[in-house]
Amino acid sequence: MTVPGNTIELISARVAGGETTARAVAEAAVSAAENLNGALNAFLQIDREGALRRAAELDGGGRAEGVSLLRGVPVAVKDNICVRGLQATCGSRILAGYHPPYDATVIERLSAAGAVVVGKTNCDEFAMGSSNENSAFGPVRNPWDTERVPGGSSGGSAAAVAARVVPAALGSETGGSVRQPAALCGIVGVKPTYGRVSRYGLVAFGSSLDQVSVFGLTVRDAAAVLQTIAGRDERDATTADVPVPDYAAGLAGDIRGARIGVPRALLGEGVDADVRLRVEEAIEAYRDLGAEVVDVELPHAKYSIAVYYILATAEASSNLARYDGVRYGYRAEDPEDLRRMYRRTREEGFGAEVKRRVMLGTYVLSSGYYDAYYLKAQQVRTLIRRDFLDAFERCDAVLTPTTPTPAFRLGEKTGDPLSMYLSDIYTCMANLAGVPGVSVPCGLSSAGLPVGFQLMGRHWGESDILRLAHAYEHTHPLTERPRVMAGGQLESTHDDD
Amino acid sequence: MPITEDDIRKIAALAHLEISEDELHTLAPQIASIVSYVEQLNELDTSRVEPAIGGLTPEGARTAAAREDEARPSLGQALALEQAPDPAHGHFRVPKVLGGSETKENF
Repeated sequence: MTVPGNTIELISARVAGGETTARAVAEAAVSAAENLNGALNAFLQIDREGALRRAAELDGGGRAEGVSLLRGVPVAVKDNICVRGLQATCGSRILAGYHPPYDATVIERLSAAGAVVVGKTNCDEFAMGSSNENSAFGPVRNPWDTERVPGGSSGGSAAAVAARVVPAALGSETGGSVRQPAALCGIVGVKPTYGRVSRYGLVAFGSSLDQVSVFGLTVRDAAAVLQTIAGRDERDATTADVPVPDYAAGLAGDIRGARIGVPRALLGEGVDADVRLRVEEAIEAYRDLGAEVVDVELPHAKYSIAVYYILATAEASSNLARYDGVRYGYRAEDPEDLRRMYRRTREEGFGAEVKRRVMLGTYVLSSGYYDAYYLKAQQVRTLIRRDFLDAFERCDAVLTPTTPTPAFRLGEKTGDPLSMYLSDIYTCMANLAGVPGVSVPCGLSSAGLPVGFQLMGRHWGESDILRLAHAYEHTHPLTERPRVMAGGQLESTHDDD
Repeated sequence: MPITEDDIRKIAALAHLEISEDELHTLAPQIASIVSYVEQLNELDTSRVEPAIGGLTPEGARTAAAREDEARPSLGQALALEQAPDPAHGHFRVPKVLGGSETKENF
């Protein structure tokens, strides 16, 4: 059995084999995006014209190089990643109408490989949120239950893939904003090692944490996208000069004897009973596959949220200082003078969560508080990173639930910011330590909502966690379908399978 | 250290945010509660711990990030001004820096 829907693997084979055209695939994706947007609000912009044009070029033998696995494959892109000619609002009123004059590096690489960008997806404003309820353009709804959140901040990309509008999408992570929605939407989400993928053209939120990350229907598909976008980029000084391995090649490898580390202390209170059940079953599945399950400790992981909400907000207060009405985006009407222009533009253009975090960040960096908060948090960050290095002496991957609960209802957590922040309790430690992580679906809750577990690996060890993830998925694919889903398996011009 | 509404006003000024009195009343307790939450880090003795600044991996730290100082094509004035709210004569036009009651000191 396999996951329902048209995967990259399938689309790519059919296009390459001449059984369908890139144009037909793009048309189907664009139409699905349009048809489902009323129900999901996943897309902020759908580029019918551009997508069909690019697809036609590809059908005409147009240039595409590199990993041909993506030729003709439709993808969606979070609206905080720059695509020339399309909007980049970052889910914010302050960038409404903004059209970047350049492509992000990841977009250049995807396009060169023949992928077709279908549109820009909705997200929490400036990637700040865990439910996609902080978008200035309305919330995104979970395809499994449209009264529930898809997760955030990359909720639109997650919903687009979960609803099978596109087989893959780009999102971004600062504290878990791809893995968390992947888990809530029953799909795969991969965050690379910090420095693995270029941030050039990713609108900055927390520069020491941000990474473009990937959603896919399968581990293999997510690996194919990661393969294409990863690698040193001269335009992002924080990318590392580390060769990109062939992620696909190692996927089907034997995992017998691999050591899975489980930090039992983190699986205690606050975890939903169904989440715990499904994750324990996944751990058991790894034993059945021949892996060894060992206990590990991450003694400082419980401080992750505290560290994150000091560092990420501090970095955000600096990164968002550029939104001032001067050079692009929204400007307040009839400002009295420059100072009032800055203050009113930002007051009117930013939403509540952004203002809250910018103020928090300003506070922790302000004179007299730097040592107490920012420096302290950076020191604890070192401890969290060290915990991972210690754990990897005893295991090859750390396994935890991706989220403490399945998808919650729209409006359920919006009254209490701190309770929303705690949704990232399992994910943000990987962003702090810079280690890669992959979330994999591991069944449904008793209410029929997806549950995911995650594997976190050594720095630059994406191959290892992808192989481990693939091994589980291969024997336990999520075969159930969300309620809201694009119809139609790929048409074939002749019988097969 | 408890955060007062006056602290919030000062922070808002630093962050160039013209928040309303209503927002102030909502934000102050929220920020105070978050700050109180993050203060749990004081449980830890970090006196001999290096801050995580300068790179999360050795490979990242040793990647040479500087290039030759040679002029290369850049965005260009036209593209740079394309999204400007009020472009004028090749510049970004903005309101006067100093209004009526402003002085350099209280900007």
